[in-house]
Amino acid sequence: MRRARDPFFWGLFSGGGMLTALLLPALFLVTAITAPMGWFGMTGYEEWATLAGHPLTRAGLLLVAFLAFFHAAHRFRYTLYDGLQLYHLDALISIVTYGVAAVLTVLAAALLILVV
Amino acid sequence: MKSQARIPTGRISDPGYPRASNPEYTRHHPRWYRRRMPIFWWLRKLAYTKFILRELTSQPVMYVTLFLLGKMWVLSRGPEAYETFIQWLSHPALLAFHALVLAGLLFHTVTWLNLTPKALVLRVAGRKIPGWAIVGAHYGAWLGLSGAIFWILAGR
Repeated sequence: MRRARDPFFWGLFSGGGMLTALLLPALFLVTAITAPMGWFGMTGYEEWATLAGHPLTRAGLLLVAFLAFFHAAHRFRYTLYDGLQLYHLDALISIVTYGVAAVLTVLAAALLILVV
Repeated sequence: MKSQARIPTGRISDPGYPRASNPEYTRHHPRWYRRRMPIFWWLRKLAYTKFILRELTSQPVMYVTLFLLGKMWVLSRGPEAYETFIQWLSHPALLAFHALVLAGLLFHTVTWLNLTPKALVLRVAGRKIPGWAIVGAHYGAWLGLSGAIFWILAGR
């Protein structure tokens, strides 16, 4: 399934898979479900904005975003490759999936460094 | 005498090479025989369906990452923007969708952590650490980190 000839992308896939597996369920549950519902503490704007502005939050999220994008790109590449059997389009699929991941990483960096 | 000269020697210098030395030779590459597979081959067996669903968890991972970045952007836009964002998030349709996304994330986590013994073979003093210990350690890390995230983001 996964090729040993892409150790670089496989490394990003692997690291991103681990980081997202460990962190994303809790992060998403709190930010997308319990906070809007007003469950538990920390529902106000001020608290969230203070946390969002902290350099550690931004650096951490940038690392998560970088690895998550390349993890998803690598996995989706092989979903198309195996699932839809697009063997002849492998080069094009690789360029598009990793390309999207790279562009999104740059945008995430711009957002987290310049805007937030 | 003349017919004897036509017996192929297999040398490149033979006039009919390579056809003369190899009767199976054709100028063009033969077409491989491939069985045609239907596009939904993975619905035939539960194991295949689970495999494809696991591979498709890349999409919830993608969505949630963009969501977190989006929330950061909204927070930078001030209290009013955040209020509107929260109202959107409380809409039942979006909450239902997000519950589905969360289910996809959990499927990613469980399948990923269950595979850790295959990716990680550890030896201590020449003995292989059993798979259940490696899985258990990873689930412990997941629990601990999730607890820490809850404590920081929702605990106060």
